[in-house]
Amino acid sequence: MTDAQSIAENRQIDRSHMKVSDEVAIDISGMNKWYGTFHVLKDIDLTVYRGERIVICGPSGSGKSTLIRCINALEEHQQGKIVVDGTELSNDLKNIDKIRSEVGMCFQHFNLFPHLTILENCTLAPIWVRKTPKREAEETAMHFLHKVKIPEQADKYPGQLSGGQQQRVAIARSLCMRPRIMLFDEPTSALDPEMIKEVLDTMIELAEEGMTMLCVTHEMGFARQVANRVIFMDAGQIVEQNEPEPFFTNPQSERTKLFLSQILGH
Amino acid sequence: MNHSQPFVRTQMLEAKEPPLAEKGVVKWMRENLFSSWLNAFLTIVSILLIYWVLDHLLPWMLGGIWNADSLSQCREIRDSLYPDGRDVACWAVLSDRWHQLLFGFYPPELYWRPILTLVMFGAAISPILFNGVPRKLFILTAIAPFAAFWLLWGGSVWMPVVVALGFVIGWAVMKFASMPLGSLVATILTILLPVAYWLFLAGPLAGALDAAVPVGIEAVQTDDFGGFMLALVIGVSGIVLSLPLGIVLALGRQSDLFIINKCSVAFIEIIRGVPLIVWLFTASLLLNYFLPPGVQFDIMLRVIIMVTLFSSAYIAEVVRGGLAALPRGQYEGADSLGLNYWQSMQLIILPQALKISIPGIVSTFIGLFKDTTLVVFIGLLDPIGLSNSIRASTDWNGIYWELFIFIGLCFWIFCFSMSRYSQWLERKLHTGHR
Ligand SMILES: Nc1ncnc2c1ncn2[C@@H]1O[C@H](COP(=O)(O)OP(=O)(O)OP(=O)(O)O)[C@@H](O)[C@H]1O
Ligand SMILES: [Mg+2]
Repeated sequence: MTDAQSIAENRQIDRSHMKVSDEVAIDISGMNKWYGTFHVLKDIDLTVYRGERIVICGPSGSGKSTLIRCINALEEHQQGKIVVDGTELSNDLKNIDKIRSEVGMCFQHFNLFPHLTILENCTLAPIWVRKTPKREAEETAMHFLHKVKIPEQADKYPGQLSGGQQQRVAIARSLCMRPRIMLFDEPTSALDPEMIKEVLDTMIELAEEGMTMLCVTHEMGFARQVANRVIFMDAGQIVEQNEPEPFFTNPQSERTKLFLSQILGH
Repeated sequence: MNHSQPFVRTQMLEAKEPPLAEKGVVKWMRENLFSSWLNAFLTIVSILLIYWVLDHLLPWMLGGIWNADSLSQCREIRDSLYPDGRDVACWAVLSDRWHQLLFGFYPPELYWRPILTLVMFGAAISPILFNGVPRKLFILTAIAPFAAFWLLWGGSVWMPVVVALGFVIGWAVMKFASMPLGSLVATILTILLPVAYWLFLAGPLAGALDAAVPVGIEAVQTDDFGGFMLALVIGVSGIVLSLPLGIVLALGRQSDLFIINKCSVAFIEIIRGVPLIVWLFTASLLLNYFLPPGVQFDIMLRVIIMVTLFSSAYIAEVVRGGLAALPRGQYEGADSLGLNYWQSMQLIILPQALKISIPGIVSTFIGLFKDTTLVVFIGLLDPIGLSNSIRASTDWNGIYWELFIFIGLCFWIFCFSMSRYSQWLERKLHTGHR
């Protein structure tokens, strides 16, 4: 296990706000997706309740990214139903834009806008999508930049920040839209170990506040500490899902055992 | 022998002056001009070559004659000044005819109008060029083209006003019709209503207004336009109009909508695949066939339209390169925040794509500006055309170099400033590595 994982484990986690409710946040049923003739996602059924912290793991190419990108329609699915916050994803652009503004997403490569300052990155969507007045949007942005601990960088450009700082800005940028669900696609895999810790800490704080989170990550320390459910994917299917403790100590499927032995056993 | 002798420095070293030969000019010359035998050889050959050119050119240019009424008088003065039979430039043609090279046959007592136009244009454009787009000045910038048109061509004030009204109509339709009618119908109306208005209503309306309240200044015919004024009017209009059109075409070519995509591709490939001169002939001969009978289109306007279409096809390809160079993550970042297509284009994609495309865009603009000289072939008096007509007079028959040097110099000044501006803009927009 890397240093970062053990650091994340050392932290005392405040579970008082981590409550899973009965309200459905995301409901995926019978979802299939193809790239051309290649069947990437096969019969995905997944219900996410509000307040859940789900970690999705699996070997490279198993379709993890594709799955969470389908949730905010960055990828189109061909069969089945995806309902986010009560709105069904269809081809209607209005629905898609609405869902995207409710669902925050962080990418492996941050995808900050290099021609805008950190503050502008954070205020852009609130101003243009939510029509928030500029002053108010800036206050919100500063609030979240404080939260991710880089308020002093507000006037810099993304190119002047370290990778960890950029990823925290990306998280703050999503939070400025006040999303009810956050998606993370390998947010730490482009980072050096000490930066991984900064970002994981930020994500843990989010979890402590009760955010509904779906994280594709290989940070198993984070999964153990924060997740309430771990999903293992292989070859476009959900192979196994369980609470973290039994998932790691007593995996059922052979594939899961193999994967876990590869990722943990060195 | 022991190589790992322990060593401790007891006294720190002071900084010293570099050795004399390694400083300043001598060092620079040694490093840059004489770093090797080959380099030294090339340096000397180049110096000799430059010397040879200047030795021939400078006496000819600097010894030039500025005061004479004709080429033959020039030669008399030269022969009396330099009995050694040396040749010198006859700049007198410039002192005699500079106003024609600059303004063509525009009435001299009205020169203030093009000059005022230029000043106004500079005032309208410079805030945009140097500070980004200040929204408050938009009105001024929007009025400027119509004011410029009126100042240059003169005539009744109502024509430009009535034409401008067409844009106001389009804007109003877009603003108020999209809610009740849906965006597709509104877009079509936004384009159709003003066009119909211009074709059928604008002429009579301007006539009626002029009859009721005649306000105007002396009219100048397009035939009297010429020289750099003509090149600037065509060039600047082409530049200002082709940028937005080119951007729209580039977006069209990237679009997922089949019809829009194919139309953009066809337009770009057809326009780009045919020489500009052919389009100019089309403009001068054919365009009138396509217009409703009775609608007369000024030749200059037709040329501007053709030049605009032509360079917009190039701009579109340059911008498309910029769009393609953006990482896909930028599109996804914008999408994931819930920005719609136009917002993400306007706020995220285009600012970056255009920044990447600046060198290509400016190259296209420089090309466009120089290509305005092609209008000489359809009978407009651009600077080259004027040099022909100056030579056609008995006074200046046979003078070439002086005119061409002047024309070349003027073009070079404009093009070089554009190039410098683009470099400055690139530096200004640089926000650190990505
Ligand atoms: N745009 C695309 N076109 C065709 N095939 C694709 C495309 N994107 C992904 N794939 C394929 O779909 C499969 C799933 O990809 P996906 O990115 O979801 O995997 P992943 O589980 O996120 O892997 P990783 O851990 O490497 O990120 C892979 O085999 C990939 O090659
Ligand atoms: Mg992935």
